[in-house]
Amino acid sequence: MSQIQAPIIETDDNSISLPPSSRSPFKVMLMQFKKNKRAMVGLWMVIIFVLVAIFAPFIAPYDPIKQNMDIMLQPPSADHLFGTDEFGRDMFSRVIYGAQISLMVGIVGVLISLVIGVALGTISGYFGGKIDALIMRIIDIFMAFPSFLLALAIVSVLGPGMGNVMIAIGLFSVPTFARLSRSSVLSVKGKEYIEAAKSMGATNTLIIFKHVIPNSIAPIIVLSTLRIATAILTAAGLSFLGMGAQPPTPEWGAMLSTGREYLRSAPHVSTIPGLAIMFMVLSFNMLGDGLRDALDPRGKR
Amino acid sequence: MISYILKRLLQMIPTLIGVSIIVFILIHSVPGDPARMVAGPEANEQDIERVRDRLGLNDPLHIQYGNYVIGLLKGDLGTSMRSDRPVLEEILTRFPTTIILTTMAIIIMVIIGLLAGIFSATKPNSLLDNTTMMFSLFGISMPVFWLGLMLILAFSYYIPILPSGGNSGFKHFILPAFAVGLSSSAILARLTRSSLLEVIHQDYVRTARAKGVKERSVIFVHALKNALIPIITIIGLEFGSLLGGAVLTETVFSMNGIGRFIIQSIQFRDYPAIQGSILFIATIFVIVNLIVDLCYSLVDPRVKYD
Repeated sequence: MSQIQAPIIETDDNSISLPPSSRSPFKVMLMQFKKNKRAMVGLWMVIIFVLVAIFAPFIAPYDPIKQNMDIMLQPPSADHLFGTDEFGRDMFSRVIYGAQISLMVGIVGVLISLVIGVALGTISGYFGGKIDALIMRIIDIFMAFPSFLLALAIVSVLGPGMGNVMIAIGLFSVPTFARLSRSSVLSVKGKEYIEAAKSMGATNTLIIFKHVIPNSIAPIIVLSTLRIATAILTAAGLSFLGMGAQPPTPEWGAMLSTGREYLRSAPHVSTIPGLAIMFMVLSFNMLGDGLRDALDPRGKR
Repeated sequence: MISYILKRLLQMIPTLIGVSIIVFILIHSVPGDPARMVAGPEANEQDIERVRDRLGLNDPLHIQYGNYVIGLLKGDLGTSMRSDRPVLEEILTRFPTTIILTTMAIIIMVIIGLLAGIFSATKPNSLLDNTTMMFSLFGISMPVFWLGLMLILAFSYYIPILPSGGNSGFKHFILPAFAVGLSSSAILARLTRSSLLEVIHQDYVRTARAKGVKERSVIFVHALKNALIPIITIIGLEFGSLLGGAVLTETVFSMNGIGRFIIQSIQFRDYPAIQGSILFIATIFVIVNLIVDLCYSLVDPRVKYD
């Protein structure tokens, strides 16, 4: 949204130049973020999903894996809000518990790529030279794989299962994080305060952790939020192919996959998990978009 | 220009070598014994040993890799363990399905995504813009395999006008191409909108308007041309991710392309097949990226190569 206001804010920007102490970039970002309605909706949706995941045992009316063959493939009703699946399990309870799994995969997966990617990118950008060339060369090679295919290949080697999906998802985002953090490190590297720290005899480790990372972290936060959305989608895709969560785990992608067989007779079995995936991914995308706009009010990308 | 193309082609070689090493290491770190699988459940130790020998699995890894690369240079991707036919042959018989599907999806994506993005950018913050952007936000958040199933539900079951699967004729490609194309158009629409908005406020656009150039030609000729670089980049990237995503689409629509071949090979642990098809797709992706880079200079003469 903020892109449209570009010319107005630009003139604004020139006149504001407040001393950095009175308005930290973080505060400016927070203000911008609060003004963005879509971002706030995204934030609230994320909070709701997190709460649903935490309190799943209290919200879910039934046991998500308890079978009851008498009531299989029933359409949504008052008793079973989202209907039942092919084993007579309550879909509503399964969808509620599914939130735990998808959130977990998304967050853990992104944490893995965040740690590895930021480490590689920072080392690469800060030290430059041969290390930089080597790391970037390897990253380039990984970028030559379409990302879903890379995740699939990793899972196919490690074997199916949610733990391995997290690892695969973690690895497949590493190049993106490494590139971004490298470029943001490069942009702060030449700043005076780094020079100052160096001339005062600070060690590289200290400079990296105290000055470089904190000052280049903002775009990383935005990327993390957006990558959680991608990670959830990818994990669902892997489970859909049978490479992720194994039965009877109530994972949304896997639920959708089993629902395929009953698409004609009981469409709710695959429709509802798909909607759940979409709304969770949507909430992280909205939040991420909002953070990005808040970070860069002029809408430059 | 020609020397640049040559240089880039040469640069592809180390990348492809890297790709082949990664795929090779990945596939060879799989737990489980492929020889045992090929030999079948009733084979005794001797049989298994013989199979292992025949497949060259007893050689040290670097020798195995060396043999593999020599084979690659001869156009030999190995032999499928499942069908006993050359992997390359298996891939090439399935490739047309995947490439037709991907190309159709890209065309749909470009038409819908570009138009939606342009309309949004010309009337920023209007109702049309907000609706389009809301739709595209939903579009990028939607699992493509789910959209595929919903399209099958709508156009094969409720209004039975299109087949739900298979790949025997043009009709079979319509639903899958729309499923993939629609999701990708959401990404393109967002990107087109933001890159157009970025150039639309620049001086030369204002000058064009001041000169009295028609609004339509201001947008399509002056502004769009300069917003094309990020747009071309995303089209190239999407091409790659669609090739990878073919795994999902082809599964949903039961199409016999490379994607489904990969899944079947993974289920059978058909290493040469997995290795070959991943390598094949990665190579195509690398080539597409090269083409994208070359396109930059066509749309923007400021981009110079040396």
